[in-house]
Amino acid sequence: MNSLVCISKTPETTAKISFNDNNSQFDTEGVQFIMNPYDEWYALVRALEAKEQHGGEVTVINVGPASNDVVIRKALAIGADKAVRVDTEANDAFQVASEIANYAKTGNFDLIYLGKETIDYNGAELGAMIAELLDIAYISFASKMEVDGNVAKIERDIEGGIEVVEVQTPFVISAAKGLAEQRIPNMRGIMMAKRKPLEVVPSSSVQAKVSVKEYKLPEMKSGVKLVDPDNMDELVRLLSEEAKVI
Amino acid sequence: MSVLVYAESPNGKIKKAALEAVSYGAKLSKLMGLECIALVIGAAEGKEELASYGASKILQLDHANLQSFDSQNFAFAIAEIAKTQNAGVLVLSHSASGKSIAGRVAVRLNAGLVSGVNALPNLEGGFSVAKGVFSGKATAHYQVDADVKVLSLMGNAVPLEKQEGTGTVESVQLEIPAPKTKVLEVKTQDGVVPLPEAELVVSAGRGMKGPENWGIIDELAQILGATTACSRPVADIGWRPHHEHVGQTGVAIRPNLYIAIGISGAIQHLAGVNSSKTIVVINKDPEAPFFKAADYGVQADLFDVVPKLIEALKKYKASQN
Repeated sequence: MNSLVCISKTPETTAKISFNDNNSQFDTEGVQFIMNPYDEWYALVRALEAKEQHGGEVTVINVGPASNDVVIRKALAIGADKAVRVDTEANDAFQVASEIANYAKTGNFDLIYLGKETIDYNGAELGAMIAELLDIAYISFASKMEVDGNVAKIERDIEGGIEVVEVQTPFVISAAKGLAEQRIPNMRGIMMAKRKPLEVVPSSSVQAKVSVKEYKLPEMKSGVKLVDPDNMDELVRLLSEEAKVI
Repeated sequence: MSVLVYAESPNGKIKKAALEAVSYGAKLSKLMGLECIALVIGAAEGKEELASYGASKILQLDHANLQSFDSQNFAFAIAEIAKTQNAGVLVLSHSASGKSIAGRVAVRLNAGLVSGVNALPNLEGGFSVAKGVFSGKATAHYQVDADVKVLSLMGNAVPLEKQEGTGTVESVQLEIPAPKTKVLEVKTQDGVVPLPEAELVVSAGRGMKGPENWGIIDELAQILGATTACSRPVADIGWRPHHEHVGQTGVAIRPNLYIAIGISGAIQHLAGVNSSKTIVVINKDPEAPFFKAADYGVQADLFDVVPKLIEALKKYKASQN
């Protein structure tokens, strides 16, 4: 079972979000970057589990500049066999999906994994695009998967419950919480990662179709109104008459 | 040209997400001077109602190969209808199925996709539309350069508006290949509004001290008709099911009312809930960061306050009847 795992670099979850250049750019000053948690904790680890159970190879792919190599090396330290970086600054999901699909066509991948969304742009767009570009099935928000030969039985999160789906390889799967348990790289993994291959490939000339013109921060709350704990009638009154939410 | 809205019908029923999408599509079609057409696939109880949210006609597509959800077949069908209806904009719900379809349809239509939009587009000097980014910590205005636009609409982001409608249901035909996936089972809780659609949410965290104490949370939610949620730590230690976890790495929600009980308000939790219209925080620690993001706060022991709030709500509900 050969797997391709798409990994993204995102700001760390506690990062302060601010913008510059007239609110047109995310201000990366002082921001720590990490591997997108859904990619790292669930997608990558589930691919490694599949390899441990069924053999094969795990390749990670990232679309981005050389500064992303630190995140790619972490994926290798956690256990991926090799890595590919498509050397370009992508502006939208379509551009990223096109680069990944182009690379996937050159390999023989049974499964393409990715996290259910990135925690920066929250699009959840990429998996469906890659699957369509490759004309294969796509199972989104997977929280459990059992593989038997080339058939997978997957539980995917839907509104208020789960859907159980059966699908044959090859397919694209987006990983939600539950699909696997986070793994922490150990010293041996970190040392080995330095010697694992990281291939840098040039990008194609695909153009983005959407771009961010402007970012805005939410308006600050005007301040909390404290309610006397012994007067919950007052809280109910505020919710019904002032906030008008009940 | 037209605005085409795919009105999803999970479990064979038109729900709020579909009504919101049609309501949004109808307003957008007015802005653009176009017709708003709704598409339903398979069983869609309540589809006639789409007319009163602004659909000028409702297309009904039935096919044996569309009986259960398959993102590839649904995307193929929606894209084909979008072509025959000359759709300039396609609107979907930002739901489990909508997210699985959106990227595929955008590729098929060579369209620009903005997912999770939370407002109508601005048409001055092009087409730009806003969505939440950085898990609700900011908003981004996306410019769409492609001729065809695909937008998926965030739940509970735009108000539902009824209007005069005369749209009727028309049947459409399409050849659909056999799906590559097979749905074996769908397990959903009946009678509970799913978190992403909920207007009222009661959420609790580590301050509850143990899963055995959740009775007051359930009772409060029941009186309000609210859906229950929880913070990440209590989902991780198994006090609550993980589908209840709201926050940056859980479900992101934007209800009208979010009541946070015994949750300190770590930045990752706030990221998933700070788009809520009204936030109430109940916490005995006056230093809890959540108070900075709250509209109303009660600084006291939740085990004293929540029963009092339940009583006050019972009185209020009784006075309403």
